[in-house]
Amino acid sequence: MAHIYTVQYAKTTDGSRRESEFPMAMKIPRMTAGDGAENIVSFEVEQQILPALSGAHVPRYVASGDLSRTPYLVMEYVPGQTLEHWSQAFEETPFKVGEHDMALARMGSALAHAVHSLHKQNVCHLDLKPANVLICPNGHVVLLDYGLSCHAHFPDLLAEELRKAVGSPAWIAPEQVVGVRGDPRSDIFAIGVMLYHLATGELPFGEPSTAGGMRQRLWMDPVPPRKLKPDLPEWLQEVILRCLHPEAAKRYPSAAHLAMDLANPDQIRITERGRQTQGTGFKVHFKRWFKAAGMHYQPSPLPSRQIQEVPILMVALPHEDVSDATWYSLREAVARSLGIRPGARLACVTVISSGDTSSTDSHKSETRVHRTHLTRMQQWAQGLDLQDHQVSFHVLESGDVAQALVRYAQGNEVSMIIMGAATHGLQLQRFVATVPIKVAMDAPCTVILVKQDLPFELLGTAASADDARGAQPLAT
Amino acid sequence: MKLALLSDIHGNLQALQACTAHAQTQGVDRFALLGDLVGYGGNPEAVVEQAMHMAEQGAWVLQGNHDAMAVQPNPLDDSVGASSAVWTHQQLSASQREFLKQLPLTVLQGHMLLVHASAYAPERWHYVDSERAAEMCMDHALQTFDASHVMVGHVHHQTVYYRGAGRKLMRFEPTAGAPLPMPHHRRWVATVGSVGQPRDHNPRAMYTVYDDQAQRMTFHRVLYDHAAAAAAIRQAGLPEFFAQRLERGR
Repeated sequence: MAHIYTVQYAKTTDGSRRESEFPMAMKIPRMTAGDGAENIVSFEVEQQILPALSGAHVPRYVASGDLSRTPYLVMEYVPGQTLEHWSQAFEETPFKVGEHDMALARMGSALAHAVHSLHKQNVCHLDLKPANVLICPNGHVVLLDYGLSCHAHFPDLLAEELRKAVGSPAWIAPEQVVGVRGDPRSDIFAIGVMLYHLATGELPFGEPSTAGGMRQRLWMDPVPPRKLKPDLPEWLQEVILRCLHPEAAKRYPSAAHLAMDLANPDQIRITERGRQTQGTGFKVHFKRWFKAAGMHYQPSPLPSRQIQEVPILMVALPHEDVSDATWYSLREAVARSLGIRPGARLACVTVISSGDTSSTDSHKSETRVHRTHLTRMQQWAQGLDLQDHQVSFHVLESGDVAQALVRYAQGNEVSMIIMGAATHGLQLQRFVATVPIKVAMDAPCTVILVKQDLPFELLGTAASADDARGAQPLAT
Repeated sequence: MKLALLSDIHGNLQALQACTAHAQTQGVDRFALLGDLVGYGGNPEAVVEQAMHMAEQGAWVLQGNHDAMAVQPNPLDDSVGASSAVWTHQQLSASQREFLKQLPLTVLQGHMLLVHASAYAPERWHYVDSERAAEMCMDHALQTFDASHVMVGHVHHQTVYYRGAGRKLMRFEPTAGAPLPMPHHRRWVATVGSVGQPRDHNPRAMYTVYDDQAQRMTFHRVLYDHAAAAAAIRQAGLPEFFAQRLERGR
């Protein structure tokens, strides 16, 4: 649909040539007799959207030509292989037992991160497929081809009153089929299709060529991956089928949530969805088919606002010199934030020093030490009403606590860090850069510093006794 | 050219001053006032005085239905809109009334048409408040004026109408502060909102900046002292409802 050339800057009159910081490619729409007007419009859409995008997951925009005279688009040429080629190599690589799925999860997590960075910029890609996903040699993912994308701040040039389906048949999401173009969860559906294909070798909904064929995904669940490949782990099926749910509200609420699950497969809560090998029965499908018949277009709020509604919260739990008041106050603060955001996800993190574990001393082995800390955090979390919130627990090893917390927040798209105002026994001092101050300064997101506060009636009761690690008096 | 489009000021001096100050920070080099300088608001004479001053400096000023009503109030008209016309007429000096009387209904600048209500029968003050009305406006702009971009006021709401992939026009609600591409090869109708009387439950003043070079339009919402504007209305003895609606933005 477009011609692509490598380009460089032209020589100037004095014979010199400007060096570009990075290799460049030029895209020119193909305009032969057989190509429809959609070709030009999708070129125009990409011309509008690419300059508005930034970040490591998008090719850098260089220049573009007037559409009415000489249409062209120059952007960064990113070295790497598309997911199509990557998956061929993936098939052929001999993996050790269990590593095949982990490699797939790693790639999926990198892909979800890339997609989340678009959603934060108010763009839904809406044409994610293996040909548009570029995997760099270091595993980093870059997304290409924004010809069908929708930027919430721009008039959508592909929108029209009949709300036709715009997308590629194998990967298009159910709501896209009825004309919705602003839902970031449509991109999550496409990721699910790609993961399904990589895991099983089959496409979950085939490659329909008719409108009726595309509508099947509005009510039908695909064959469970474990039915096709019984060796697949339950967590992988859980993730894939959650991405492919016909109702957008039942999928992962944001790509950041999906990335986090794929990065921590051992903490995924497995339900019947992950275990089943039989597939969904006729009755459920019929009920959904009935409901889907009335499904129609609804306008979407801004993608950036949608993902703000489903944040990832991180609570930094200390493990030394902790008073029962600190435990209690942290739990109250987390409960409050989770209550305000029903779709939020919680990550409980503690940082231990590398000296705490030893590869020689069996009492300080990494597994044992980690397990002790994980158990303590899980006990702390038992006091929380977690309902439908996803929660996971992580032990980080580092000499610099503040840096470890900030890095974790950056790498996992955390929207809010909740931590004690005076951890590790140090008072909040104005001139000493304590851990909370350093985190507050460097964090990529909101940081809530929680003061210790234990209600008088709970002092010396069973509730506080469970929490206390040695009888610590309340710090003032 | 960076053009600031201010419409439906309705005698609200505070909002006008806030928007012009904001426009200066955006580096605009020309102003356009799309009509309805007076009506409802408490400082019509000050607003008209400022408009006359801006016109001397090169601003384009159009006539709106309330301007026409203030020049020649109709004693038989008892609608809400007409109720402040008599009072406004009395506040204005003879030269200010003359200024309003001779204001044009449309201004054509290259491919861009400015009009208070609609390019379709401008003197009938049709509201561009639906895709159908926008289509009429867009078609007449092309036929009568050969204009591809039409900027209107009158509806006190910020919207953009454009042709998408289908046959009918699509409606787009812009986000304040986000520049919107409006390429020359497409046709557009933009309603720039109201400086002096917002009606979308948001009390901030509305105006728009159109950058002809970059082919982009940015819609703005500007904070202004709506309490002072409401006080001016009460002091003038105008209906309480006109004052309250400024605080509610409705």
